Amino acid sequence: MGLKQKLHTLKEKYKGTKMAPAFNAFHTFLYSPNETTHGGTHIKVVDDLKRTMNTVIMALIPCLIFGMFNAGYQHHLATGEIQAVSNGFFSAEFWSWSNLAIGAWKVLPLVIVSYGVGLAVEFVFAVIKGHEVEEGYLVTGMLVPLIVPIDIPLWMLAVAVIFGVVIGKEVFGGTGMNILNPALTIRAFLFFAYPTWMSGDKVWVHGAVERANEMAAGANVDAISGETILGSLAQNKAYNFDTMDMFFGFIPGSVGETSTMLILLGGLFLVFTKIGSWRIMLSAVVGALVMGFLFNSVVDAGWIAEGSKFYGLMSLDFWKHLIIGGLAFGIVYMATDPVTASQTNKGKWIYGFLIGFISVLIRVFNPAYPEGVMLAILLMNVFAPTIDHYVLQGNIKRRMKRLKVKSA
Amino acid sequence: MGLLSKKDSKLILDPLADNNPITIQVLGICSALAITAQLKASIVMALSVIFVLGMGNVVISLMRNIIPSKIRIIVQLVVVAALVIIVDQVLKAFAYSLSKQLSVFIGLIITNCIIMGRFEAFALGNGPWRSFLDGIGNALGYGVILIIVGFFRELLGSGTLLGFKVLGDPIEKTGLYSIGYENNGFMLLSPMALIVVGIIIWVQRSRNKALIEEN
Repeated sequence: MGLKQKLHTLKEKYKGTKMAPAFNAFHTFLYSPNETTHGGTHIKVVDDLKRTMNTVIMALIPCLIFGMFNAGYQHHLATGEIQAVSNGFFSAEFWSWSNLAIGAWKVLPLVIVSYGVGLAVEFVFAVIKGHEVEEGYLVTGMLVPLIVPIDIPLWMLAVAVIFGVVIGKEVFGGTGMNILNPALTIRAFLFFAYPTWMSGDKVWVHGAVERANEMAAGANVDAISGETILGSLAQNKAYNFDTMDMFFGFIPGSVGETSTMLILLGGLFLVFTKIGSWRIMLSAVVGALVMGFLFNSVVDAGWIAEGSKFYGLMSLDFWKHLIIGGLAFGIVYMATDPVTASQTNKGKWIYGFLIGFISVLIRVFNPAYPEGVMLAILLMNVFAPTIDHYVLQGNIKRRMKRLKVKSA
Repeated sequence: MGLLSKKDSKLILDPLADNNPITIQVLGICSALAITAQLKASIVMALSVIFVLGMGNVVISLMRNIIPSKIRIIVQLVVVAALVIIVDQVLKAFAYSLSKQLSVFIGLIITNCIIMGRFEAFALGNGPWRSFLDGIGNALGYGVILIIVGFFRELLGSGTLLGFKVLGDPIEKTGLYSIGYENNGFMLLSPMALIVVGIIIWVQRSRNKALIEEN
C-alpha cells in the first residue's frame, strides 16, 4: 500500500472528526486527491492557491541558496580566511563548499523552525475552527527565514512566528482575510521586541557576536564588523563594497535580501507567470528613485551640511537605494502580496509608488530604522483598502457623468 | 451575599465580567494603553478611578434632582474635576515619583468615558447607595483589566513585577542556539497593550458565547 493510499484510508477513517482537516491537508499537499467532481459544468484552472504559492516559493529558492553561500562567505571573509571575490558573480571564493556548509548549518534551522511552528499554528486553528488547513503559510514560511539576520536565536523566531500567524492572520479570519502581510508582521514583532538582535553592527555576520565576546574576555583577535551598508551610512561611515558587490549581493544583510540580481530574476519570473503585479514593482521602484533623487538634489543644492546625521544616506546616489538593504526584496516579494496590496490597477500604481517613496524617506530620516521598506509596506497595507475605495468611487463617478451626458 | 441584596451585588459583579467597561463596552481604552507598562502604575490608576467614580457617582446621585438637565454635563465635569484634583494632590504629596510617572493621565481621568458614562447612565437615575455600588463595580471592572494588562506587560517587557526582578538576565549573544530569557521590548510599547486587551476580549468572548454580537 503506497503512501497515497494510506493517507486516503486515514482520511476516510477520520472523516467528520476534528482531525479530518489535518489529514486532508497532507493528502492534498502531496497528491491530487482521489475524489474529483463528476458531471456539472466546471471551470478548470491550473493555478489554484497551492500552485500560486509554489510558484512564489520557486522564485524564492535562488535567494535562499544564495543566502546560504553568502552567510558562509561573509563569515569567512570577516575572519580573514578567504579573500574578497575578484571574478564577478561566479567567483570561486564565493561558491565554495565551506561557505555552503556554514550557511546551510545556519539557514536551514531557520527554515525548519519557521515552517514547523507556523504550520503547527495553522493546523491547530484548522482543527479548532473545523475548516481545511489553509495554504497561506507556505510562502510566509519561506519569506521569514530570508528577512531575518543570520544569528537570530531560534526561539525568538518561533515566538515571533506564533505572534505573526495568530495576531497578524488568524484573528482576521485566516488566509486571504489578513490586513497586514504576515511575514512582515513577524519581522516587525522581532524588530520591536528584540531590537538588539535585529539591528546594530553585530548581528548581520555570523560569528561577529562570538568574536566580540572573545575580545571582551581578553582574547587577542581582530573584531568582526557585522555592519550593513545602510547601518554604516546612517552613521556617516564609509563602506568598502563596490557597486557590483551590492548588485550581486556579496554584502552583509538579512539572509535572503542581499542579491539584487537574483531578486530581479525572481521578480521577472513572477511577472512572467502573472503571479506578481508588475505595476506595483515598477511604481515602487519609481517611487524610491524619485525620493532618492529629491534627497540628492537637496545635497547638490548645498542645503545640508556634511556633518549632518542625514548626510550619509542623503548623499547616496539615488539608484543605489535599490541595491542595498531589503528594498528590492520587499518590493518584489512582499509589496506584491495579492491579499494585502491594492486590488485595482490604478490603486496598485499609487500603492507601489508610496511604498518606494516612504521606504527611502524612513531610511534617511530615521537612522534607528534603517530598514524602511518593512514599515513602508506595513503602512501601505493598512491604506490599501482606502486607496481601492477612492479609485472605485472615482471610477463610478466618472461613469455616472458619462451616463448623464448621454441621457441629457 | 448577606451584606448586599441580589440586585445590589449584581451592580458590583456585572461590570467585572459580562459587562466590563473595557472589554465589552470598550471605554477607557486610552488610559489603559498609556499607563499599563508597569504594574504599580496600573494599580494606582485603578485605585484612583475607583475613588473618583465611587465618590462621583454618590455626589451626582445626591444632586440628581436639583441639577438642571441642560447644564448637567458641566456640573458633572466640575464634580469629577474636583475629585481628580484631590487624587492628584494626594499622589503628589505621598507618591511623588509615581505621580511624575503617571503625569498627565491622572488629570485625564476627567475625560475617561467610563466616568461620564456612569454619571449619565446610572447616577442621574438612582439613589446614592446603588450609585455608589455601581461606581465601585465599574471602576473595579476597569481596574481588573488594567492590572491584568499591567501584569503581563511588566512581566514580559521588563522582567519585573512591582519593580522586583522576577525573570532572569538577558541572554548572552551566542547565535542561533542561544536559549534563555530576553525582555520583550515590544511589550513596553502601547500597540502591545492594545493587543493584550484584544486577547483578553478574545478569550472572554470565546468562553461566553452570549457576548458575541450578531452582525
